[in-house]
Order: sequence, then C-alpha cells, then structure tokens
Amino acid sequence: MIDFTFTEEQELFQKAAREHAETQIAPHVSVMEETGRNWEPVIKAICEAEMMAITIPEEYGGLGLGYVERLLALEEIGRISVATAMMMQVGGLGIEPIIKFATDEQKKKYLPGLASGEHFATVAVTEPTGGSDPRGCRTTYKKQNGSYILNGRKCFITNSHIADTQVVLAVDDDNPEAFSTFIVESGMEGFKPTHIEHKVGMRGCNTGEIELKNCKVPAENLLGGEGKGMRVSMASISDVGRGGMVGCAMGLQKACLDASVKFANERILYGKPISRLQAIQFKLADMKIDLDAGRLLGYRAASIQDKGERSGNEFAVAKYYTTEAAQRAAKMAVDIHGGYGCMEEYAVTRYLRDSYVLGPSAGTSDIMKVIVSRWVLS
Amino acid sequence: MLSIVVCVKAVPDPKEADKIRIDPVTKSLTRLDLPLVINSLDQNALEAALQFKERFGAHITVFSMGPPSAGNVMKECLALGADVGILLSDPAFAGADALATAFTLAQAIEKLDEVDVVLCGRASSDGATEWVGPELAIFLEMPVVSMVSEFVETEGPCWQVKSDIENGYRLMQVELPAVFTVTQDVNTPRTLSFSGIIKARKKEITTWGLVDLGESAQSVGLKGSPTIVSDLTYIESKRACQIIEGTLEEKADILVAKLVEAGFI
Repeated sequence: MIDFTFTEEQELFQKAAREHAETQIAPHVSVMEETGRNWEPVIKAICEAEMMAITIPEEYGGLGLGYVERLLALEEIGRISVATAMMMQVGGLGIEPIIKFATDEQKKKYLPGLASGEHFATVAVTEPTGGSDPRGCRTTYKKQNGSYILNGRKCFITNSHIADTQVVLAVDDDNPEAFSTFIVESGMEGFKPTHIEHKVGMRGCNTGEIELKNCKVPAENLLGGEGKGMRVSMASISDVGRGGMVGCAMGLQKACLDASVKFANERILYGKPISRLQAIQFKLADMKIDLDAGRLLGYRAASIQDKGERSGNEFAVAKYYTTEAAQRAAKMAVDIHGGYGCMEEYAVTRYLRDSYVLGPSAGTSDIMKVIVSRWVLS
Repeated sequence: MLSIVVCVKAVPDPKEADKIRIDPVTKSLTRLDLPLVINSLDQNALEAALQFKERFGAHITVFSMGPPSAGNVMKECLALGADVGILLSDPAFAGADALATAFTLAQAIEKLDEVDVVLCGRASSDGATEWVGPELAIFLEMPVVSMVSEFVETEGPCWQVKSDIENGYRLMQVELPAVFTVTQDVNTPRTLSFSGIIKARKKEITTWGLVDLGESAQSVGLKGSPTIVSDLTYIESKRACQIIEGTLEEKADILVAKLVEAGFI
C-alpha cells in the first residue's frame, strides 16, 4: 500500500520552513525586486534557519535529514521568494558533491562551516559554451608543483559572488577527455567573481561570472579523484540540482494559486466575486491539478533519493512537469488578475518573470525530454 | 532549577476561521475537522518559560486538555524547547467550561512534585473568557497576576511583574509559587527550528485520563461545568460603500454623526 502522507515530523518541518519564510524572508522580497540585490539578509535567514544543514550528516554538524525534507523546505521558501529558494537550492548543490565524493578530511574541513552557515557553496559547471553540454567545458587544470592551476571562465553561476566554497569542473589541459572537480575557495589566488547578471526574474538571486586566472588550488582540494569530474558534477546536478528546481517550481505554483484564489474571491464583477465565474474556476482547477501532480512527481523522486536509489530520471520528469506547470500557473494568475496583473504592485508579475527563469536552470525542458526519452528507450 | 508549568490550548487555526461551525446542540465549536494550532497567547506563555530556561535553567512541563489530535500541538511545544508534554485527554473531559478546565488542569498539575511558576496565555482565541488562569490559581492555592506584559525582576523567590490595566499598568510583586497570565506584549514567540524538531524525537508525550487524575466524572467536562451557553450565533461581516454628498463641512458633519452612531467616537 502506498502512503502519500507526510509524517507528523515532516509536517512540523514544513511548518517551520513556512513560518521562517513568512517572517524572515518575506520582508526582504520587495527590496530584492527593486534592486536586483539585497541577497545578504535572506542568505543569513536561511542559514540561521539551518536550511543549509538539512542533508549534511550529523557527524559533520548537519541535521542528517533527507531529500523529502529538503524539498518541503524549498517549496515553502519558494512560495515566498523563488529567488531565495534558488540560492538555497544551488547552495545545496554545492554541498552535495562534498557529501558524496569528498574524503573524510575534506568533509571535516568544509561541511561543518557549510552546515552552520559560516560558509556558503555553489557549483560552477556552466561556461559561455553552454551548460547542458558539460563536455564542452573549456576551463582547464594543470598540475604544477603539487598544486592544480585552473584557467577559464564560468558563467550564469548562482551564488557566484556570495559562495566562498565553489565546486568547479575543469578539463585536463593535456587530455580533453579527462575532467576533474575541485573545491575552490573564494580567497584562493587567481579566483575572481566578475560580472553580475541582471535577470528577467528571480531578482535578488545572485547570478554571475567567475574568472579563474592561473587559480592555484591545493592538490588536496581535488574532489572525487582525478578524471572523475564528470561523475562528481553530474551525479549532483541530476538529482539534487533538478530536485531543487522542483522545489522552487512547486513553491511558485502554490504562490500563484494562493494569490489567484485571494484575488478571485475579492474582485467583484457583475455584482459577485469573479471566483463564481466558471472561466475563473477552471483556471483555478487547472492550477490545483498541476500543483498536485507536480507534488506527486517531486516527492516520489525525493523519496526514491532518500532510499539511496538513483532518482535522476524521476527528477527529470518532475523538473519538466513542475517548471512548465509553474509557467502555466503564472500566466493564469496574471490572466485572473486582469489589468492588475500588469501592475508591479501585484506579486503575480514577479511570479510570471520568475517562472521563466525556472526552465533553463539545471537543464531546460527540452533537455529533460531528452533524458526522459533515453530512459524510456533504454 | 525552576519547575515551570505552561498551560496551552489547542485551538482551531485562525487562518481557517471561516470554516468554524457551531454545534447547534452543545453550543460549542466543532473543531475535530479543523487543524489545531497552539493558542496564540499560550505561545507567549511558552516563550516566557523558554527564556527563563535559557537565562537561569528550568524544567518546563506543558499541559494541555483536549482531544488526541491535540498531540500535534504538544509535539510542537516540545520542538520549541519544552521538556515534557502531558496531554489530558478523555471523553469525560469534553465540553468543559473554564471552571471545569481549570479544575482538571489543577488536578493534573498537583500530581507534579514541585511547581514554582505556572504560565498561561491571557485568553484563548476561541473561548476568550480569560478565566482559566485565575481559576487555576484558586484551585492550586497560589497567587495570580493576570495580564502580565513584562517580567521585570525574576531573581529570587519574589518576582516583580508589570500587569496591564486600562490606560496603564500595575507593578506587582508576588511570591512564588504563582500563576501568571501573559499578554502578547510580554515577548515575541520564537518560530520552530529544524534542530528543535529533531531534539523533540527523544521527548515523550504522556496522556492522562480521568482515571489517572482520580477524579469523579461529575466534576470534569460538561458535567462539571456550571456555565450554560444559551446561544451562539455567527457574526456576518458585510462591507458597504456609501458616497457622502454635500459641501466639505456638510460631509464632515455627516461623517462625524455616522461615526458617533456606530460607536467609534
């Protein structure tokens, strides 16, 4: 028999995340929107709420919880601020390869600080040549006098300017088939965050470029062994990265539905709330059906991940469905709001812009279809 | 170490207030199908206890009387930092008014070896009688200070507190053990933390029924309640917009007259 309910404890985690999002993150959203910055207070808030510690094992200062709990937290944060959920999710994406592939010494060095929020992480894979084809990576590494020297440029990196612990993918300067990943600290010689992007949505979520110019990385910062870089980075992106985007998308779907229900009940037309009109009701029903379906897909994948099984394919299905559904939900929310849906005082305008940033992150919908079709045909 | 008791009530979630229904027979609120949350002012009471615990050490026992579903609320109190949760749950306790509730809580609290401080919210968001705290003090034979908005001095056996009254406050000095009912001004309750929820795994919730208290069914629940609710009705909230015509002075006069008529000024 399949049980689709959360445990009492998971419901408490959900409540904790919801309360935190509503009280500690919501007050900063408007400034994030206006300035495209102001990420400091929300990063501080998610760290204080132990959100970055969720999946880190207890022996390294984490909470030792699972990916269902991570998804619950991301959904609640995403409901209030997709931009914040995005930084949180990519922070977790930077932590994951250290949990999975680091040596015990590396774990002891990095995980406690990442769990407490003293340090913040990211993954730097995407380059100007593209993110969906990591083998096109042109950032190189070369071993020199017991260190690795990295050269290259990474772009569209979430947390580029705030993460002091970055997991970077590079290719062997002498062997284009050998990829490795390194834990690069922001203070290391030759590491420099450069351009900050101005995105159509998720404003206030830090996204930018990283320059690695003869960046000297100690040999002990090689992560997962030389030549294993593709496995290290892809194993994290396929489940934790996609899973994180599912959380962001579900949060946005719920926000669209909540805003639409509230507006539809309050907006009077023809002497009655527009929620009495079937045209509006059908939109609300579509949004609810999409949200429930997305949740079933997302939490199914997360529960498979919690069992220690491979969940990349299931997350590809969930990522495709929820990010596409979030775009549909945002459009319907704007439509329900009519003229008000074009005014920036109404959050639905933000939801619409945010929804279009969900797609490309951690793999576009077309890439998700490629993965799913390979799964079907395998 | 202080032994603190906090009394909390599981009330229907105010966010679901539009779904609250009145039982036409018992004239009580039907709450079994509504999500239950900690009564807002009881969160202030618990927060006060948690702050005492952080400042000079304390053992916090939370009591709640309610249906088994109130166990969720108890679990939340433990996750927030309380040490022990005792749920008073028995069909015989159902339908209790403020007096029977206070009596039942008092019987349970008296089973503890030692109690220094009893904290309650000033009122519950559903019943709102403000009687349970003071009546509890009578049954426990302790002094009570209600409407506490600040714990001014809490060192030693004699505490000084600010107690709100209309247009001001009284500075009260009271010897422990004592009962305090608190207002929302006393503190800002903390929110749940993930690590607190994990720590609560090791904390147990004990359920006590009528047998555990050794009381007669006549003195608890509906049978032990002298209050008779003659009627309860829904308040209909209607909005209306009226455009006032006339000169500026006439408009002002009409507006003032309407505000006086409505009892606002």
